[in-house]
Amino acid sequence: MQSVFTGPVYVVRDNIDTDQIIPAQYLNLIPTIAEEYDKLGSYAMCGLPESLYATRYVKEGKVDSDYPILVAGRNFGCGSSREHAPIALGSADCKLVLAESFARIFFRNCVATGELYPCECPERLCDLLKTGDVVTVDLDAATVTVVATGKVYSFKPLGDVRPVVDAGGLFNFARSSGMIAAQA
Amino acid sequence: MTLTEKIMARAAGKSRVEAGDNVWVSADVLMTHDVCGPGTIGVFKREFGQNAKVWDRQKVVIIPDHYIFTADSKSNRNVDILRDFVKEQGIPYFYDVIDDPSGHWVFDPAKGLTNRQYGSNYAGVCHTALPQKGHTRPGEILFGTDSHTCMAGAFNQFATGIGNTDAGFVMGTGKLLLKVPETMHFRLEGALQPGVMAKDVILHCIGEIGFDGATYRALQFDGPGVANLTMDDRMTIANMAIEAGGKNAMFEFDAQTKAFVDYRCKLNGTKATYEPVERDATEKFVYEHVVDLSKLEPTVACHPDPGQRKRAKDLGEVKLDRAYIGSCTGGKTSDFLEFARVLRGKQVVITTFGVPATPEIVHDLQTARWGDQTVWQILVAAGVQMTENAGCAACLGGPVDTFGRMNSPMKCISATNRNFPGRMGHKESQVFLASPATVAASALTGRITDPRDYWN
Repeated sequence: MQSVFTGPVYVVRDNIDTDQIIPAQYLNLIPTIAEEYDKLGSYAMCGLPESLYATRYVKEGKVDSDYPILVAGRNFGCGSSREHAPIALGSADCKLVLAESFARIFFRNCVATGELYPCECPERLCDLLKTGDVVTVDLDAATVTVVATGKVYSFKPLGDVRPVVDAGGLFNFARSSGMIAAQA
Repeated sequence: MTLTEKIMARAAGKSRVEAGDNVWVSADVLMTHDVCGPGTIGVFKREFGQNAKVWDRQKVVIIPDHYIFTADSKSNRNVDILRDFVKEQGIPYFYDVIDDPSGHWVFDPAKGLTNRQYGSNYAGVCHTALPQKGHTRPGEILFGTDSHTCMAGAFNQFATGIGNTDAGFVMGTGKLLLKVPETMHFRLEGALQPGVMAKDVILHCIGEIGFDGATYRALQFDGPGVANLTMDDRMTIANMAIEAGGKNAMFEFDAQTKAFVDYRCKLNGTKATYEPVERDATEKFVYEHVVDLSKLEPTVACHPDPGQRKRAKDLGEVKLDRAYIGSCTGGKTSDFLEFARVLRGKQVVITTFGVPATPEIVHDLQTARWGDQTVWQILVAAGVQMTENAGCAACLGGPVDTFGRMNSPMKCISATNRNFPGRMGHKESQVFLASPATVAASALTGRITDPRDYWN
């Protein structure tokens, strides 16, 4: 599995709730239908107020984001239990979120779907980085390196969460580890 | 063990568990709705096969309630997906919008947003409908594909919100791996003063611990003050445990719980046996807070999150564009009664919307008479735009044609449960959360107003 990711970050602040990740009006889309999955990606993070976030996460008319890494403050993904939230990010080609802390259901949904790695970083990276800064994230070493400065920050190792996301989510992991029977 | 630990231990078949343990628990009820149900069904079929059967058709409850009264074709389609699945699986507890089991749901905007457009089975907002239809029982485990599933903690039950993938897993196996949460303890004492409501209790508690102060934790409410709270009050409080990041809420079982649950299970012919859990000396908490209910004042959570606690009386300078009453936490009969008590004989000065949570509540308000008028008529006479189409409506924004949705930047005071940016529609709008009484008083002045000035 890929363990090193390099790319520009998109930076948001504290308390980004699921309505900002995927606004409720798009919950009419069903994530298990392929074309609606893609559509969800095109709306990822579009609930952020423009007055606070002038740069869009996904450019108008695109389905993927230019930012494979999201950086956030406290309580990222709070609010609703909608699985559309990690799915919209994963569909937009987001690989991982580096947040100071996560809301419980969002964290669990990241793992269950295997859409992205939720990495908890005690450093407030959202104060230290700005949108567009390029970083390298090494999941094995649990480090973030800022490419321009060479500065290195550590995050909490993913532990048991890592192999579940590696496998592509709860069901794939449970099958590959023999917890549930292989698909008929 | 705490009440939450006792229920999880029982559901895991263990004599004891403690906070931090990861245990497989058996579900008593899995609830889903029109927004997450089709995706859950998609996961279930993808993973267990196109011909798979749910683990126990008596334990799956399906309640369309979110995007019902909208002309959005995908939303209407999603209700049809639920109906097809229920038919295929033989699920008895499906509260369809229409009565024809082979029909298709199409909302007709030409009939208007306020006139009733549902059949006899429709139940309204899932969290309010679950107890009304006899699906909440003490000591049980309830999973729902909705974060406000924690409302059923009012009934001494472990209830929590989960995503589609987890729900798909529960649908196929009846089980889920859970971490036993630490418990935060809120001891309630005394009784609320006139003009102060259950919503003020929970807004006080969230303000105390912050919007993420209960992340991964259970919130246990007990103490002598609980006897002074109705089941509706307890539901209002438990509903918003998630607004502090909580995994679940938990109330003690008492005579009121028993009377409510027994009546509702018998009325609806659902399973009427259950085993509550009781407190003992072995419970350990990670946090303790005593709330003297008699000292609480009308409280508001300001934009942009439910932890921004202020007293209503200190916010008189905040000018409002709109007022809203509705949702699982704030659209119950008792909520509308306090709302009407403030508004009776007066006129709102800002646009005010009222959305009862369930058809039963619509019926209550249209049949309860105060003098020569029904409560419904009193509200309409005061200038409130009331809809008979019970549902989640604008609490979560929804499709653009949703009743009461904010489609431009404005300030709204609302009896709902969440106020992050964009929650009720436009992403530059602002929502202030408050009790139905505070919403009503504010609707009369156009500014955030302490309802005790209008109490009669």
